[in-house]
Amino acid sequence: MRVTRHRGRVTALAMVLSAALAAATACSGDDGTPSGSGGSSDKITLTVDDFGTFGYQELYKQYEAQHPNIKINERNVPKLDDYTPRLQQWIAAGAGAGDVVAIEEGIMVKFKAQPDRFVDLRKYGASALRNDFVPWKWQGGMSPDGSKLIGLGTDVGSMALCYRRDLFKKAGLPSDRDAVTKLWPTWDDFINTGKNFTSKIGGGTKFIDSPETYYNTILMQEAGKGTNQTYFDQSNKFVMDSNPAVKAAWDETVKMSQAGLANGVQFLSDPWSQALKKNAFATAPCPAWMLGLIKQFGGAGQSGEWDVAGVPGGGGSWGGSWLAVPTQSKHPKEAADLVKFLTSPQGQIGAFKAANNLPSSPQALNDPAVKAFANPYFNNAPVGQIYGPAATSLKPVYLGADNQEVRQAVEADIRAIAQGKLSPASGWDRAVSDAKKAAGTG
Amino acid sequence: MAVDLRPAPAGVRAAPSGRGRIRARLSQLDLTLSPYLYISPFYLLFVVFGLFPLGYTFWVSLNHWEIIGGHQYIGLRNYRALLADDQFWNAVGNTFGMFVIATVPQLLLALMLAGALNRRMRAPTLFRMGVLLPLVTSVAAVAIVFTQLYGRDYGMANWVLHFFGVHKIDWQANKWSSWLAVATMVDWRWTGYNALIFLAGMQAIPQSLYEAAAIDGASRTRQFWRITVPLLRPTIVFVSIVSTIGGLQLFTEPLLFNNGYMNGGSLRQSQTVAMYMFENAFQRFQYGYGSAVAWMLFLLILVFSLLNFLIIRRLAGGRT
Repeated sequence: MRVTRHRGRVTALAMVLSAALAAATACSGDDGTPSGSGGSSDKITLTVDDFGTFGYQELYKQYEAQHPNIKINERNVPKLDDYTPRLQQWIAAGAGAGDVVAIEEGIMVKFKAQPDRFVDLRKYGASALRNDFVPWKWQGGMSPDGSKLIGLGTDVGSMALCYRRDLFKKAGLPSDRDAVTKLWPTWDDFINTGKNFTSKIGGGTKFIDSPETYYNTILMQEAGKGTNQTYFDQSNKFVMDSNPAVKAAWDETVKMSQAGLANGVQFLSDPWSQALKKNAFATAPCPAWMLGLIKQFGGAGQSGEWDVAGVPGGGGSWGGSWLAVPTQSKHPKEAADLVKFLTSPQGQIGAFKAANNLPSSPQALNDPAVKAFANPYFNNAPVGQIYGPAATSLKPVYLGADNQEVRQAVEADIRAIAQGKLSPASGWDRAVSDAKKAAGTG
Repeated sequence: MAVDLRPAPAGVRAAPSGRGRIRARLSQLDLTLSPYLYISPFYLLFVVFGLFPLGYTFWVSLNHWEIIGGHQYIGLRNYRALLADDQFWNAVGNTFGMFVIATVPQLLLALMLAGALNRRMRAPTLFRMGVLLPLVTSVAAVAIVFTQLYGRDYGMANWVLHFFGVHKIDWQANKWSSWLAVATMVDWRWTGYNALIFLAGMQAIPQSLYEAAAIDGASRTRQFWRITVPLLRPTIVFVSIVSTIGGLQLFTEPLLFNNGYMNGGSLRQSQTVAMYMFENAFQRFQYGYGSAVAWMLFLLILVFSLLNFLIIRRLAGGRT
């Protein structure tokens, strides 16, 4: 009796220990090797840090084939909101960042404020590439005093609107993309269409995905029409409460929530991708980079059901990035060469093919591969033609150094209104005070 | 097992020569100092990795310290701002709310579970180890699975509730529902562990007390409340203090419950103090302010553990 009991205890202990071990090993994530681990051999490993979908996989293979001494290791973080603080810490600490890092427009000002942390790409022959980029994108990569070229442009977030053809048809709405575009010259028309849609379909399917994506879209549109500012002016002073663009975008989004159009899932969260798969929303604002995300999360089942129409209020832009090389890189020359390759017209065409990220290079924009490209996932929508023309004429909106923190705070309040937990009347004041706090001025 | 290397005490007595005296002095030192030397590795590590960071965090909290640029000494300004910060007090409220609705049922349940496990049964080891199994699973896995169960549109909790005519609950959107959801995750993981600790305490209670009580005609329930609980007092104090510390540091569960967002919901419904600390220090990169939050959390835990200790000592003691 004693013996068996004892053995039982040992077995149980062993079981627990092995389970603990399994859990521990399962959790120890592979963070990837840090930059510069090429070391003794001739092979150099270049680490690329990026977020979302950049569509670079094929390009890496191509580059590795052309440069046998280079190995590329990409560390992708799905959400920009998770990526930014990590990158900030790496850059501030002077260690940990990849040899090539992607910087999104909303955080570019933050990093441009530390020009000494980044390599001047002109030292590695980037000066000659000026005409490979639309002027504002090139300018956006310069440090504030114009003394350094910190980043080379990747994509442009030209704006369109994605919608579900099948659900529109079901609601008795037109499903042809030109006819759909005509449904909503303004955002108010868009809301009316949404009400109409909801009255016909109802149930689990809402008209829009997350109110915050629409808010950002309208905000960038409004800012582009006016002062080209959102929460901060060019001297990084907090101007959210006096900027009519922010209030206009806020009011329009609140109207959408009040009309019951919003699904209210948080953009890019698990519930968002679930809702996407389960047909729980019928439209989503579609900056060019969004096409890749919808395809990635929507999966094969929705191929051909989505289409791309014009956005209410005309044009606009949201997102778009640059690639930079931190000075902490041990292989700045090789890293700069990789940046030049990835942002070259050919590289941008490659990224466009893979993820539909709209090129910021005029040559690429005019390339037949882009211009004539019809996206089969989006019912053969001619995405090159839909997005292309706006890219060259875009006026960049100035996004302050603390843009992302403030954006997240305001988005949270917008979501609270959609959840019905915050009254629209007191919501604005709360958003302003939350935003101030997030900016560190409250 | 251990070999006794100490010199025999007899050597001390018979040591007139000079050499002998040194030896005696050394062995005296050995007797008084060695124990400290033996336990010193822990304390050295504690000083380096525990005490020093604690002090340094306090120093940082007295500064305005951001990620770039230098830092400047501002005295207690961070703390003054913190006391007037409604987001901080919201986090404190959430933390205590979740702590109470997680810990109180958890400890009661653990106590009852331990009482049940303490009876004579078949395969006791199996059951005793079984209650520990949830602890072996990783926190992240638990939080992710539970978050899916509490999904607004496709979660199992809402699916079950709809049979009872309950309308879809947006678990993250309400304070009460998000607290409840997080509390269940905590309980699922820790109830078994606490039950085992209680069980260990129960097994140390002499059987004769129960026999005597049974002879006097006390029922099982009466035995439980009159013998088990009072004699378990040290264990209860230990368990409740450990749960207090763990509960007030709650972080991973509410974080994953909110899809990894540090703000803990659209209106910060389930943001804990630990999350607020992280948000300030590593997202807003206000290291000084974040450190002040960390110190406030430390003080809160200290005060609350003490309170807990006093209350439980009184409660459990009052029964005897």
